[in-house]
Amino acid sequence: MSHTTDDRARLGLRESATFDRQTIAAIHRAAETGIYDIRGWGAKRALPHFDDLLFLGASMSRYPLEGYRERCDTDVVLGDRHAKHPLHLDIPVTIAGMSFGALSGPAKEALGRGASEVGTSTTTGDGGMTPEERGQSKYLVYQYLPSRYGMNPDDLRKADAIEVVLGQGAKPGGGGMLLGQKISPRVAGMRTLPEGIDQRSACRHPDWTGPDDLTIKINELREITDWEKPIYVKVGATRTYYDVKLAVHAGADVVVVDGMQGGTAATQEVFIEHVGIPTLAAVPEAVRALQELDVHRDVQLIVSGGIRTGADVAKAIALGADAVAIGTAALIALGDNHPRYESDYRKLGSAAGFFDDFQDGTDPAGISTQDPELAARFDPLEGGRRLANYLRVLTMEAQTIARACGKGHVLHLEPEDLVAVTIEAAAMARVPLAGTDWIPGRA
Amino acid sequence: MEQVRAFDLRAIPLRDVNSALHAPDLSGEFVISHPDGAHSVAVGMDAAVKVTVDGHVGYYAAGMNQQAEIVINGNAGTGVAENMMSGSVWVKGDASQSAGASAHGGVLVVEGNAAARCGISMKGIDIVIGGNVGHMSAFMAQAGRLVIRGDAGEALGDSIYEARIYVRGEVASLGADCIAKEMTREHHQELEHLLKAAGFEGDDTSTYTRYGSARSLYHFHVDNAGSY
Repeated sequence: MSHTTDDRARLGLRESATFDRQTIAAIHRAAETGIYDIRGWGAKRALPHFDDLLFLGASMSRYPLEGYRERCDTDVVLGDRHAKHPLHLDIPVTIAGMSFGALSGPAKEALGRGASEVGTSTTTGDGGMTPEERGQSKYLVYQYLPSRYGMNPDDLRKADAIEVVLGQGAKPGGGGMLLGQKISPRVAGMRTLPEGIDQRSACRHPDWTGPDDLTIKINELREITDWEKPIYVKVGATRTYYDVKLAVHAGADVVVVDGMQGGTAATQEVFIEHVGIPTLAAVPEAVRALQELDVHRDVQLIVSGGIRTGADVAKAIALGADAVAIGTAALIALGDNHPRYESDYRKLGSAAGFFDDFQDGTDPAGISTQDPELAARFDPLEGGRRLANYLRVLTMEAQTIARACGKGHVLHLEPEDLVAVTIEAAAMARVPLAGTDWIPGRA
Repeated sequence: MEQVRAFDLRAIPLRDVNSALHAPDLSGEFVISHPDGAHSVAVGMDAAVKVTVDGHVGYYAAGMNQQAEIVINGNAGTGVAENMMSGSVWVKGDASQSAGASAHGGVLVVEGNAAARCGISMKGIDIVIGGNVGHMSAFMAQAGRLVIRGDAGEALGDSIYEARIYVRGEVASLGADCIAKEMTREHHQELEHLLKAAGFEGDDTSTYTRYGSARSLYHFHVDNAGSY
C-alpha cells in the first residue's frame, strides 16, 4: 500500500525536487525502452500565462457597460489587406489546425459543425481537406504545410483562407510523425503513402526557404486563387518579433502565433517542454512588430496556445490580438479526457485528465483515433453541439469582461486594462505589476 | 482552327495573364512572350490547353498545373511545376531547385539539368531530366518516377518512400534508406516508355540503374537511430 503525504512526513521521507518521481519514472522508461517519449498535447509545465494577468474593471475613472443590456460586439474581419473575400467571423475564437489522420473523421466533422453554428472558422491540418469538414464548415482555413500531403489546387480553391504553416508552438523547428497505427487505408490514400507505415512530415517546405522565397510563394498562392483568399502565415513562438515582421514583409494578411502551450498530435516530450516560448511572452512581441510596421489591426494577429476561458480570450485581445485559436480546449469540449471514460483510460495506463497519447490511436473518446470502433463512439452531432456551447461560453465570458472595462466591442480591450500579479508576467506582457505603475524593463 | 492568343508580359500585367488563363471553359493555344524571369507564370491552370512561354521564367512556373500542356522555351527557376496534378510541363533549358516538388501527377521534362531537390516530396509525377540533378533529389519521394539521364548529386532518394528512380550516370551518394534495385522487364519497359514520352527514345535502358526504398526506416526503431 502506498504512503499518504502524512505517512511520508511522519517517516521523514523527502522527495527530491530535482529527481522527483516523474523524473525517476522518465529515466526508468528511457532505460527500459531506449527511445524518447512521444506524446500529444502541449507543454504541461507551469509557465507564466494569462492567469497571471488581471483586468482593471471600470469604477470612478472608467465607465462600464450594462451587463445584459448594452451591446458588446464580438465580430472580427480577418484578411482584408489584399484578399477579395476576407473572412468576417461572428466571434474572435477560431478552431486551430488539426488533421484528419490525427483526428477521426467524425471529430473533424464535429469541429466544423460547432464552429459553423457560432459563425467562426475551423482549419484543416496535415493530410489535406476531407469532404466532411468542408461540407460542415461555414469557414474553412486550408493549411499549406511542408509535407504537402493531400495538397491539391481544387481544395485550395474551395478554401475560405489559406494558412502557410511554418511551425507550431508545440514543436517550432520540428516536422511531424503520425505513427503507423493511425495510417488507415483512407489516411494513407489521402497522403499517397503505404498503409500502416510511420508517416513523417517534413520540417521545411520543399520549394522555398527563407523570407524572400516566402514572398514569392505567397504571391503564387494568390495568383492561383485569383487574389480571392486571405493568406495566413503561422509560426511557432520563438523569435516572434522577427518572424512576425518577416511574415508581414512576405505579404501575410494574417499572422498566427502559436505559443509553446499549443497542442500537437505526436511530438517528443523533450521538444514540447523545452523548445519555444510561452504564449504570454509571444503576444507582446508580435504586437510590437506589427506596430513598428504600422500594420497593427490591418494585418490581423491570431494567438493560440493555452486558451481555455473567455478571460484568456479577452487578455490575448487586450494585449493586441485580433482573434485566438483553440485546439486542445476544443478537443476537451468534444469530450476528450472526459471522466466517463475513466475505466478505459486506466486500461491504457492513464487517467481522465492526464491522457495525452494521441499518437497511439487508442483514444477511448474516439477523437484522436482512426480505429473505426473507437471513432464510432463519438457522435459528431453531439460533439458539434458541445463545441458550440463552449464557444458561446468563451464569447460571453469575454464580453462580460469587456463590458466591465467599458468596451462596446471586445476588440476595444487594450493593455491599459491589464495588470500583472507576478513580476515575470509583468515583464513579458509589458503591463504594470498590480498596485504599481512599474513595468519591468521600463524606466 | 482556333487562333493562338498571345500575351506579351512587357505590355500586360502577369495578373491579367493568369486571370485570362483561369477563365471558365478555356480552350485553344496561348503564347506568353517576354517573361523576363517573372515568377508564377501560368500557375493554377486547369484546362486542356497548350501554353508556350517564350523565354526564361522565375519561381513556380506552371505551379499546380492541371491538364494544361505547358512548354517553356528557356530556363525555369525554383519549383517549376510544383504540385502539378496532371498535364505536362516541358522545360527546354535548365531548371533550378525543387523542380516538380510534391507533384501528384502529370509529366515534367527538363531537357537540360535540374538543380538540387529535383522531385522532392514527389507524389505521383513522372519527371525526366535530360542532364544531371543536384543534391537531395527525390528526398522523401512518395510515388511516381524520376528519370535522370545524367548524374545525380549527393543523398539521392534520401528517406524515399515508394517512388522509383532511374539513373544512367553516376550517383554521388545515396541518401538514407535508398538502395539500388534490380531492373526487371517491367522496369525496362516502364523506363523505355518514359524516355520515349520525353523524346529520348534512343537510350539503351540497360545502361540505367534503378533506385528505390529499402523500406527499413518505414517504422521508427531505436536500432535505426544512426541512419537518420
